[in-house]
Amino acid sequence: MSEAALREELAEDRPPHAGPWSQLGAAVVAAVVGIAGVIGSLALGLGRLTQPGPGLWPFVVCVVVTVLSIILALVGRHGTDTEQFSRSSVQTAVAVLTLVVFASVLPLIGFEIPSLLLTFVWLRFLGKESWVSSVAISVGTVVAFYVLFVLLLQIPLPRLI
Amino acid sequence: MGGLIDGFGVVLEPANLLYCLIGVVIGMLIGVLPGLGPAATIAILLPITYGVEPVSAIIMLAGIFYGAQYGGTITSVLLRLPGEASSVVTVFDGYALAKQGRAGTALGIAAIGSFIGGTVSIIGLTLLAPVVAGVALDFGPPEYAALSLFGVLLVATVGNGSRLKAVIAAGLGLLLATVGRDTFTGASRFTFDSLNLADGIDFVPIAMGLFGLGEILYNLEERHHKVQAPVAVANAWPSRADLRQSRGAIARGSVIGFVLGVLPGGGATLSSLVAYAVEKRRAKEPERFGRGAVEGVAAPETANNAAATSSFIPLLTLGIPANATMALMFGALLIQGIAPGPQLVSEHPDLFWGVINSMYLGNILLLIMSIPLVGVFVKILKVRPAVLAPITVLITLLGVYTVANQVFDMFLVIVFGVLGYLMKKFGFEPGPLVLAFVLGSVMETAVRQSLLIFGGNPMGFFTRPISGTVLVALIVVLALPGVRLLVRRRKEKERV
Repeated sequence: MSEAALREELAEDRPPHAGPWSQLGAAVVAAVVGIAGVIGSLALGLGRLTQPGPGLWPFVVCVVVTVLSIILALVGRHGTDTEQFSRSSVQTAVAVLTLVVFASVLPLIGFEIPSLLLTFVWLRFLGKESWVSSVAISVGTVVAFYVLFVLLLQIPLPRLI
Repeated sequence: MGGLIDGFGVVLEPANLLYCLIGVVIGMLIGVLPGLGPAATIAILLPITYGVEPVSAIIMLAGIFYGAQYGGTITSVLLRLPGEASSVVTVFDGYALAKQGRAGTALGIAAIGSFIGGTVSIIGLTLLAPVVAGVALDFGPPEYAALSLFGVLLVATVGNGSRLKAVIAAGLGLLLATVGRDTFTGASRFTFDSLNLADGIDFVPIAMGLFGLGEILYNLEERHHKVQAPVAVANAWPSRADLRQSRGAIARGSVIGFVLGVLPGGGATLSSLVAYAVEKRRAKEPERFGRGAVEGVAAPETANNAAATSSFIPLLTLGIPANATMALMFGALLIQGIAPGPQLVSEHPDLFWGVINSMYLGNILLLIMSIPLVGVFVKILKVRPAVLAPITVLITLLGVYTVANQVFDMFLVIVFGVLGYLMKKFGFEPGPLVLAFVLGSVMETAVRQSLLIFGGNPMGFFTRPISGTVLVALIVVLALPGVRLLVRRRKEKERV
């Protein structure tokens, strides 16, 4: 097999690139952050070159970010390095949601139940594992974590038992 | 020389030996498993380093780093599936050899090459590092300002993907580093009156979020090829003829890897590509490459290990990390209250020489383990990513919580995880951001102190020999692609 063909095949199976609007969007978001930073730095006070104020360094950084983002918006539209969001991106969103719930309830009810549910949801619904192996692996994981963190390392995790 | 010998004493302490072994085994495992790379693994394991002696912690993290280079080779050869970016070129000839029933030869040559490359690099490190550190002792703020700028920009421009985006990412990293109290004036910057942000953002949640969680979220969208049935491994060591054939490739690969590893942004991936290209160009019959040339495995595998080792030089001597993984090492050292820099050799000789010597040992451990354990690694490949993902997520979130018992840190990891995921979706590499974040406060302090030294004249940087040279070199490197483009356009015009 030729090297080029192999290289092609080895390239990760990325979804199709997302086109000029996504490039423009990325550049605009970066520019907005840059401009917000410029405004924030000005409010902090630039001082003088002989006596730099707290805002001088962030100001310089943000000006560079803003200028480069504008250049990106102008010349980067035909780049192919952005990825389309697909149906599997919804999974990622669900995954993030489970993490937020996990972090929110952990201090209230301890780490055992949230960990169990998190692993189970990820295995069964995001990973499409079977019911049996999802239950088995999630219970096994939580038990292993309990033994490792609580019994062996004695780390003060919030917990039920 | 005394330090070198004391360093061996440090490594041979049972605890350190154990951490070295744990490190290289974890490194090999994650090198074998596609998905999580060494940077993600080191990021996820950062909380462990809080509870461990500094020397042991760095020995373990270093082991993960160079162990991963070994592990990536195994999947490249057997499954045509590079576990790491630095093993991609190994696939061309490694898999071809495996199909001819010579997988053992390919793995053996790779292990031997890696060992030699790693060792050559360690010897270079041993000789060169104290010299560089000695010179760097005289560096003042202007030199540090120039060097850190050089490091950040070179890493941003050498990586794959859009350079413009990488520099923007680096800028955002520098901006994030300013959050918190300004050390010069005491003013609160960008804290939005949040008490959690008053002391700035910690390095650990940023690294764990961008590298660890971001990577996991990104991999959730199935992107990887189905794992193929592995090629059977006949336990054939490379023959004498193979060794003779790859002798030159290993020698050249060691040198290429060592040199490119030291340069900012160089590192393992680039050096493996360059070493492969060099061998192919030098070969009398270049058409053999891609069809199972032993040199095609020997050169990149030697080079990537040599580079992995030598990339410690700028970190341990100047305090400037040469790539994203070294930025994590930098962070790990800071966690331990050790500021990497030229004083490291004299102030923490046990750490400096201990870590260097642990690499000798780690390389020997890897050489011993890699061949007999091939069967085990092939079994590990059957572990499905879907099973690994929730477990790594739990380790990440519970891990960051244990650092300071702060729920806020878990949310920071989630926020930076989402940011890392989105950055990858939109073609921004998280590496430059993390590196710039790590160097951010060093750089700002150096720039502001320099301005005071120069009486407010920014051109002062060009009046000192070292900072001036570094900055001019940087301008040349940055301008080069533009100049090349102009020349090409002019030529095209002439043709028309």
